Amino acid sequence: MPRFLLSRVTSGLGVLLLVCLFTYLVFFALSPDPAVQICGKNCTPELIDQIRGNLGLDQPFWTQFVQFVVGIFAGRTYGEGVSAVDCAAPCLGYSFQSSQAVWDMIVQRLPVSATVAVGAAVLWLLAGLAGGLLSAVKEGTFADRFITGLTLTSMSIPNYVLALVLQYVLVVKLQWLPFPQAVPFADDPVQWFLNFVMPWMVLAIGYAAAYTRLTRANVLDVLRENYVRTAFAKGLPPSLVWRRHALRPALTPVVTIFGMDFAGLLGGALITETVFGINGVGKMAADSIARNDQPVIMGVTLLAGFLVVVGNIVVDVVYTTIDPRVRVNA
Amino acid sequence: MTATTSDALLEVRDLTVTFQTPRGPLDAVRSLDLDLEPGGALGIVGESGSGKSMTSLAIMGLQPRAARRTGSVRLLGRELVGMSEPDLRRVRGDRVAMVFQDPLSSLNPYYTVGLQIEEAYRAHRPGVTRREARRVAVEALERVHIRDAARRVNHYPHQFSGGMRQRVMIAMALSTEPELLIADEPTTALDVTVQAQILDLLQEIRRETGTGLVLITHDLAVVSEITDHIVVMKDGVCVERGPVERIFTRPQHPYTRALLDAVPRIDDEIGELRAVTPGSAVVPDQVVPTNGGPA
Repeated sequence: MPRFLLSRVTSGLGVLLLVCLFTYLVFFALSPDPAVQICGKNCTPELIDQIRGNLGLDQPFWTQFVQFVVGIFAGRTYGEGVSAVDCAAPCLGYSFQSSQAVWDMIVQRLPVSATVAVGAAVLWLLAGLAGGLLSAVKEGTFADRFITGLTLTSMSIPNYVLALVLQYVLVVKLQWLPFPQAVPFADDPVQWFLNFVMPWMVLAIGYAAAYTRLTRANVLDVLRENYVRTAFAKGLPPSLVWRRHALRPALTPVVTIFGMDFAGLLGGALITETVFGINGVGKMAADSIARNDQPVIMGVTLLAGFLVVVGNIVVDVVYTTIDPRVRVNA
Repeated sequence: MTATTSDALLEVRDLTVTFQTPRGPLDAVRSLDLDLEPGGALGIVGESGSGKSMTSLAIMGLQPRAARRTGSVRLLGRELVGMSEPDLRRVRGDRVAMVFQDPLSSLNPYYTVGLQIEEAYRAHRPGVTRREARRVAVEALERVHIRDAARRVNHYPHQFSGGMRQRVMIAMALSTEPELLIADEPTTALDVTVQAQILDLLQEIRRETGTGLVLITHDLAVVSEITDHIVVMKDGVCVERGPVERIFTRPQHPYTRALLDAVPRIDDEIGELRAVTPGSAVVPDQVVPTNGGPA
């Protein structure tokens, strides 16, 4: 077991290093000189050189890359002498726009994105599993076809369209929800909660549709398994056959997909956060791309990669307890 | 229909299993009669698609939902056709147990073999404690000669070999001490030496427990070893029936002769394997109009 975990963590780190390298390469090759960007209006060639020196931009690519990676683990110092800036580990550099540490920016916004992700996940799991089960039990009936139609429709509506329609209907027309305004949880928990209702719904609908399809297909597959026939032939009550012999095998693969989807979403829901003006990692990513704020883009990309890698490892570990066939005999 | 008072273990009369197809009703099994005395052994022989597996499922009322079952199936004098689902459930696994072809896919990979034997036992013995059920499971495994049963009972199906898995299936079927065991191609998925061991085991169980056996197979060599009567099926219909001896020495129906000829022999000339009859190895395709169906 520890050996299995160790190898997963090692390969995960390898993946992250590659993600790091590729993103660094892309921005090194494509983006305009950040020094010019930072320098601003009253710029002199000397000033640009100085900024380059401080940021290490005068170094060759590999040196810069190694400095960046080392900085994440050990921290680094920009510049020399009195003007030197210490960036403590994990150092992802500073935003070109706000001069804030990228790490701090992420730490600030991550809880917001997590709130969005958790709420949406609860919604889509409930809706997806219930819809899929109902659809499978009622296979071929009107209910099944209705649910199938609904899932296909919801999968084909883009998030931003859905967001606007929901806002118009729920806030403007029906006035079921207050106009969203940013309030901290401690000040007004009700307003805080209501603010998140629409983002949760918008994010959850697409996933719920996909999970409905997945659950339906899995349950129908498992019902055709020989071991379900065996269970009926043993004279077990149908409720037990369903619970024990159909649902557990059918829902196990959902765990895999959920782990990845959820991990991916923790790293920010770009469109939804932007549309609703939620100050999470996703909106930060969108903003930094628009402004070509390289350190922030790097930070967000690495964060997303990190979360997916961690999510995968968690799914693998969970699998060893829920599927006896992948239990590691060590 | 025959009289209710009979001491037969299994009495099947005019059993018909019909599927509705776009081209009309199709009989997977038509007007089949079967008789089995307590403790007897009956072989049902036929090619793939001859309706023999559907027969075994239909005896227990486990035919697919799309199929219609008519006729009469009497187990120890009790009519199973038309019996309510809860009553049928009390028969399944308790009085009649089944062993299927592929033991790996027939056991649930998510649960220990112990749990799967225990649930079969507890389903028919309400109020039995876990400990008691566990003891029965270990005993059942011992009875099918699985060594170290007390430890193996906690293992998962994938931790057993093919032959051992089939032993587990048989142990599970026997845990409730059924009067009738239906084995649907129990040795087909196994290699030859293991086949012989499983057949020996079935023989031994019959001798020791007096359980009646319906053995379904495409392999005449298998039925000749352990059954005393044979029913030969083709396209859902019984084409010949009789004692094993007679069928082997004096087959009446050309199809039975063809089946016998198709058994490869060690002294055969090297060359092509014989097919049963030209074109007959094909799953039946014709739609049989039944009474009342569109002609």
